[in-house]
Amino acid sequence: MRQTPKDIEESSRVMTRRGLVVGGLQLAFMGMLGLRMRQMQIEEAEDYRLLAEENRINMRLIAPPRGLIFDRNGVIIADNSQNYRIIIVREDAGDVDDVIARLKQIIDLDDSELERALREMSRRSPFVPVTLADRLTWEDFSRVAVNSPALPGITPDVGLSRYYPMKSDFAHVIGYVGPVSDYDLSQIEDPDPLLQIPKFQIGKIGVEKKLEEPMRGKAGNKRIEVNAAGRVMRELDRDGGVAGQDVQLTVDARLQNFVQARLDGESAGAVVIDCENGDILAIGSAPAFDPNKFVRGISGSDYRELTDDKYVPLRNKAVQGTYPPGSTYKMVTALAALEAGVVSPGETVWCPGHYRLGNRRFHCWKRGGHGHMNFEDALVQSCDTYYYDVSQRVGIDKISEMANKLGCGVRHDIPMSAVAEGLAPTQRWKQLRRGEAWRIGDTLNASIGQGYTLTSPLQLALMTARLASGRSLELRLIKTLGGVEQAGETAPALDISENGLRRIRQAMYYVSNGSRGTARGSKIMTEEYKLAGKTGTSQVRNISAAERAQGVFRNEDLPWERRDHALFVGYAPYDKPRYAVSVVVEHGGGGSRAAAPVARDILLFAQYGGVPPMEAYPSSQRERIRSMYDDMTLADPRPPAPARSRA
Amino acid sequence: MSFLEYNVKTVPTGARKVLFLNWPLVLLLIAVASVGFLMLYSVAGGRLDRWAEPQMQRFALGLFAMFFVAMVPIWFWRNVAALAYGVSILMLLAVEFFGTVGMGAQRWIDLGFMRLQPSEVTKITIVMVLAAYYDWLDPKKVSRPLWVLIPVLLILLPTALVIIQPDLGTSILLVAGGGIVMFIAGVSWWYFGTIIAAGLGTIWAVFASRGTSWQLLKDYQFRRIDTFLDPSQDPLGAGYHITQSKIALGSGGFSGRGFMQGTQSRLNFLPEKHTDFIFTTLAEEFGFVGAFSLLTLYALIIFFCVMSAMANKDRFSSLLIYGIAAAFFLYFAVNMSMVMGLAPVVGVPLPLVSYGGSAMLVLLVAFGLVQSAHVHRPRGR
Repeated sequence: MRQTPKDIEESSRVMTRRGLVVGGLQLAFMGMLGLRMRQMQIEEAEDYRLLAEENRINMRLIAPPRGLIFDRNGVIIADNSQNYRIIIVREDAGDVDDVIARLKQIIDLDDSELERALREMSRRSPFVPVTLADRLTWEDFSRVAVNSPALPGITPDVGLSRYYPMKSDFAHVIGYVGPVSDYDLSQIEDPDPLLQIPKFQIGKIGVEKKLEEPMRGKAGNKRIEVNAAGRVMRELDRDGGVAGQDVQLTVDARLQNFVQARLDGESAGAVVIDCENGDILAIGSAPAFDPNKFVRGISGSDYRELTDDKYVPLRNKAVQGTYPPGSTYKMVTALAALEAGVVSPGETVWCPGHYRLGNRRFHCWKRGGHGHMNFEDALVQSCDTYYYDVSQRVGIDKISEMANKLGCGVRHDIPMSAVAEGLAPTQRWKQLRRGEAWRIGDTLNASIGQGYTLTSPLQLALMTARLASGRSLELRLIKTLGGVEQAGETAPALDISENGLRRIRQAMYYVSNGSRGTARGSKIMTEEYKLAGKTGTSQVRNISAAERAQGVFRNEDLPWERRDHALFVGYAPYDKPRYAVSVVVEHGGGGSRAAAPVARDILLFAQYGGVPPMEAYPSSQRERIRSMYDDMTLADPRPPAPARSRA
Repeated sequence: MSFLEYNVKTVPTGARKVLFLNWPLVLLLIAVASVGFLMLYSVAGGRLDRWAEPQMQRFALGLFAMFFVAMVPIWFWRNVAALAYGVSILMLLAVEFFGTVGMGAQRWIDLGFMRLQPSEVTKITIVMVLAAYYDWLDPKKVSRPLWVLIPVLLILLPTALVIIQPDLGTSILLVAGGGIVMFIAGVSWWYFGTIIAAGLGTIWAVFASRGTSWQLLKDYQFRRIDTFLDPSQDPLGAGYHITQSKIALGSGGFSGRGFMQGTQSRLNFLPEKHTDFIFTTLAEEFGFVGAFSLLTLYALIIFFCVMSAMANKDRFSSLLIYGIAAAFFLYFAVNMSMVMGLAPVVGVPLPLVSYGGSAMLVLLVAFGLVQSAHVHRPRGR
């Protein structure tokens, strides 16, 4: 194809012109790009720099180590154990299923835990770390750590978790911690930011709950540089926060362990108090449960097992449980009458086996009657008729006043959950609560610890300690908090005549040491460790007239839940009181048979500081008691050798 | 003046050709590639072997290829233009059937020693074939409908193949590159006016099609458009790339955070930091000074190309240089617009800087054609 020079000239001009247009447009566009750079990098640079910093730096809360709990001798009751866990970041993992399959070849993974983790992963952003497995053994943990190059997105991590080395022994004393629930958060007005940490543990019940704030500590902060995946690249700076305060209980772990072991198999509660200062040395409640199960959230089946048990393992019978005190209340009635001056110690009351009030008969436990009973005999032999008689003279209000003085029907301020107030009824109380007038019959029932009267084992132990010491002791459970002694004031003397107290103590001595005492079967042979006490048997049912006529009265013939509660209160040594104890065995039958031996063993263990020698027991019982100890497994907890120091 | 009328004697021969190369252009290309090496070294966290070293090897190979292409007379390249175009179409068909799937798109042919992206090759062959076409065509006929339809089909055939891969970015670049060659060749303004109007209509249709049974783009493409229009609506999802890229760029400030000090790229906030988003690292570490310098280098490359094209009286050579310059311009203009939040994320690398073999090799061969056209330009009378 031929082209004339003119055509060529023309087309060349067009091309040059158009080339200039295109070049110009390109230049203009580049100019715009330059302006955009100027706008972003010079005019708005500060804004972007700020965004970059925000991007880069994350604030992370540092959970402070929770305060530990020790017994009075430094034995660790609640520890913080290293919790080895595995964390996965979905984004880094890529194919999550594949990574988990590979992980499963190395260690065992709990299926339900895995399911929960997968659910959480699908709910959250891909870069949020999710706990895949918890509480690994060191072997499993190191196996994962070694293989981590083959496990993208998997990070081994160490956290702190509560651990209760004494297992069920202290379940009822200190309670347990558990992961913060939505309900917990809703109950708190201004939640600590710490609580927002997933799986952060807070006290749910008991001392762990009541002393939550000092034991939790203050959150620290660290500023960390993270990459886009949220992975921590380095720490920029940190403020360590404040560690939780340690708690030292007044409880003696060895004694506590023994009490729990001794109560094992029964549905029972027992409390040991130091008669010199009101320190609570042991709070036993059986059956108990393993608080470690609650730490990470208890499984439904385990929980159902606990709630379905007719022995109610979750209830602290020593502190929350209230029972009619039965004859253990007779000290209250006797003292009230003596202090009011309506009886004299030598005065006797005739017991024909019952007491007639109008046309109603109130029975004494001894159908045949006790005959002539004076102040001391009535307590030693636990004659109901005597108390029916004197209670009428002194009146219910004076009796209940005495009960309050001794610590019954009063709420005691100790850091435990649902501390029972009990009830020492008055005329006013019945009028207010029941809308009925008080009747003489109510007084008679109250005088032997039945009817409306309710006490907890804790109150009974305190009552005994006050009777034994003659001082208005206050309960103390926390010995030190954050290393500071939680001293109670020196207890003032009880507003009760020394004469009256002496007579009561003497009678209590004969209960176990006299030839006619109701607890004579539970005497202590060791001269300097002898105990003084009082049995009690409290009815949980009304004996029907038909039963009475038929003479169906034997506890063994009744179904368990209708049998009487067995009670015993006591202290030792009788002449220099050191330990006061109360024991309630639910539906255990008679106090002398079911509760007094338990109380004796506890007092012996406390006084000997260990399993007592057989010489402490009457020779006829030694064989049986030796085999009982042989069957018992005791933990013998000891404090760690050097004084524990906390960084 | 057609190449047949060259006074061949005026054209340098043999080794003397080296002296007649467009040396400023060569130096500019080396400078831009060096910026790339530096940045690849930086984003690899101070490691040479990860990206910078392979990139240097490819650049050396590419430079060698460029010189080789430059030595071959331009009329040879004109003669094989149609063949080259045909081969690139075949390669596009090959990826369609045998290509490796990567990043959700079929784009590569695995040649063993490297992976070739036929769509990159096509960007150059389309310019070659159009330049050859307009060199052959009588200038008086360029605006006649039939003679306009032929180059339009030549453009649309590879574009269609690239779109189904799917690679939206490259297909836009193909259409734009081809269109610029047609425009410079002298096709009437009317056609372009009509096309632009039709293009706007198409954009409307694309948006109108969303959610209907005849949806024209894939969902992820729609989402990219959405996030381009408003990146803040999903800062951790699809808008993440743009947002993080802008933060990195802006936080560089005037003088930057210093070499290897860019926190955004160092901490992996930047996606594709060694490929499509490498410019943000440069802008973060060297600030406005660094970013504007690179833009200036690119502008100079365009400038030298346009000067060379205007001085070249051979129609094929001139059109080829204009076309290659336009393709090169489109690369960096789209990439920079994208990382600065002016265009949607379409996956176009920063030429000669981003890590990647195909694009670099193809570009250097293309500049070899520019050099060949420059060396073998008609001289005197």
